[in-house]
Amino acid sequence: MSVKSFRQAINEALRDEMHRDPTVVLLGEDIAGGMGARGVQDAWGGVLGATKGLLNEFGRGRVFDTPISESAFIGAAGGAAVTGLRPVAQLMFVDFFGVCGDQIFNQIAKFRYMFGGSAKTPVVIRTLCGAGVRAASQHSQMLYPVFTHFPGLKVAIPSSPYEAKGPLTQAIRDDDPVIFFEHKAMFDDTAEVPDEPYAIPFAEARIVCEGRDVTLVALGRMVGFAKTAADRLAKDGIQCTVIDPRTTSPLDTETILASVRSTGRLVVIDEAHPRCSMAADIASLAAEEAFESLKAPIRKVTPPHCPVPFSPELEDAYIPGPNDIEQAVRAIVKERADA
Amino acid sequence: MRLEREDLLRAYRRMRTIREFEERVHREFASGGIPGFVHLYAGEETAAVAVCENLLPGDQITSTHRGHGHSIAKDCDVTAMMKEIFGRADGLCHGKGGSMHIADLSKGMLGANGIVGGGPPLACGAALSARVLDNGGVAVAFFGDGAFNQGTTLESLNFARVYDLPVLFVLEDNGYAESTSSDWSIGGNDPVRRAEGFGIKGEKVDGHDFFAVYRAAQEALEAIRNGAGPRFIHIEFTRYYGHFEGDAMTYRPPGEVEEERSFLDCLTFFRARTTQGGQLDTGELDAIDVEVRALIEDAVAKARVAPPPALETLTTDVYASY
Ligand SMILES: Cc1ncc(C[n+]2csc(CCOP(=O)(O)OP(=O)(O)O)c2C)c(N)n1
Ligand SMILES: [Mg+2]
Repeated sequence: MSVKSFRQAINEALRDEMHRDPTVVLLGEDIAGGMGARGVQDAWGGVLGATKGLLNEFGRGRVFDTPISESAFIGAAGGAAVTGLRPVAQLMFVDFFGVCGDQIFNQIAKFRYMFGGSAKTPVVIRTLCGAGVRAASQHSQMLYPVFTHFPGLKVAIPSSPYEAKGPLTQAIRDDDPVIFFEHKAMFDDTAEVPDEPYAIPFAEARIVCEGRDVTLVALGRMVGFAKTAADRLAKDGIQCTVIDPRTTSPLDTETILASVRSTGRLVVIDEAHPRCSMAADIASLAAEEAFESLKAPIRKVTPPHCPVPFSPELEDAYIPGPNDIEQAVRAIVKERADA
Repeated sequence: MRLEREDLLRAYRRMRTIREFEERVHREFASGGIPGFVHLYAGEETAAVAVCENLLPGDQITSTHRGHGHSIAKDCDVTAMMKEIFGRADGLCHGKGGSMHIADLSKGMLGANGIVGGGPPLACGAALSARVLDNGGVAVAFFGDGAFNQGTTLESLNFARVYDLPVLFVLEDNGYAESTSSDWSIGGNDPVRRAEGFGIKGEKVDGHDFFAVYRAAQEALEAIRNGAGPRFIHIEFTRYYGHFEGDAMTYRPPGEVEEERSFLDCLTFFRARTTQGGQLDTGELDAIDVEVRALIEDAVAKARVAPPPALETLTTDVYASY
């Protein structure tokens, strides 16, 4: 164990798996950097430095900087995956998925099913997501609900450095395509992370803390906010269970439902757009499967239905925070008291 | 064809305004006044200005993430631009867009763009509008060497060709896409031949030389206005600052920018060319420099104290009606 940043945790998972398995290759724009230039190679190591150093260790035969041609290189990662490699491609910002959507949604996601189970597509697409760095409408989206929508894709959303290294290791070893979301506002977060490789299986939610009154289900950066809200609420005697599903596809419905059945109250916190979101998905799960246990209406804490704005004042108002979560919880706990 | 004195002075003022704007944004960003991602156009002024000097107000342009220069060249208000970059309520996009999405549709500036390769299809659409509305307009797609490898750009070349759309494709080759060299990323390493492969006539010009870019743009736009369909210009120069503010540029050999700046700067070149020929004198160019500096100073002063957007505007303008 040692203290590592989110960035380092990702770097370590990639390095370990590249050492372990010679078929693991990296593709992406400026993931090393300096391609064809006369200065320092490995100048960038990806836009936020997560792949820094891997070029020097593994060389240009395994670390492929690409032209700005997402359809080509994301698609190539899929093609390589069905023909013997385990590519980890970086779609720099998830907002750019529109450029290469067909390769992900119609090709990579569906090979196995369309080909009657004969294909294995072990590709990972790492991608930056999330608001909070004033990057405006085309560089700040969450979009994991879009990928969760497609059968055939697995979707992971780490909530801490520890949760980055283990699931990324799992993603690389997994035989299905995995979209791995990295929140750009979390890259400098630090935590204790094992030095040795470890994998965290998918579809196993993490129970961050347990309390009898309300279940909070949160994803990615929102997990930390939910925990902050839970700690504050605990001081007033309101006890929350915080659940981090870790993956939205597959989704650990059992852990969520078991908790909702015991607390009778559910607040889902989701940084993605509210319509057709994970918040809506998990709320509908509880309404369908645990209706008789519910003591209060399910609440969703999400941004409003609008793109991510640029101005800091607007962006801060856009992103759900601990206060919003606290309010939502107090509202449904109060409803019980009123009843 | 001939550039008159007023034309030269106007072009110089525009290029100087871009340079001053960018250098000032560079300093403001460093001191923490500007949020987000900012990409500066300094060193590339000839492209935006020489091309836009050949446009009419009704013509349309699409820009890139490096959009300040195109905006200024297409006559966007610099104070409103500066306010936008600071995220203020009366910025050009009311603080919702920022540097990467500056736009002024009333000026035919269809937006800076956060998506590399996002612009060329839009330019084709603007050209289609001009065609259907029969208003004689043309569209210009500015895009970088990196964007020249994006499917959207290549598809747009073909789309424009098959419909003979009035589009000028302007490749701004500043040598790099982020840290990646354009010599490497553009396969075949011959953009003009690539355009010609799509049946589009192209020309490569030295971007340090305003007059070379001006002549190429004028010729191409004249042909386009006469119904020749799309044209292509490959402009070579270098960017003076990092890919975005904060990029240490270690991928460039030491001294690369300094060397280019001291020997090939487009503003220095323009001054030398026009004053040696006796068309302009140093005094009047110096006077423009002073005026431009004051203009930008004023824009920054106003942007700093301008109020932020009201929180109610967070959810406005998502739809025209809902
Ligand atoms: C579709 C897409 N892919 C990647 C990026 C990230 N990105 C932003 S600018 C840039 C480099 C663009 O290079 P170029 O087209 O040469 O323009 P320049 O920055 O040199 O002006 C990249 C890779 C993006 N914004 N959009
Ligand atoms: Mg470039």
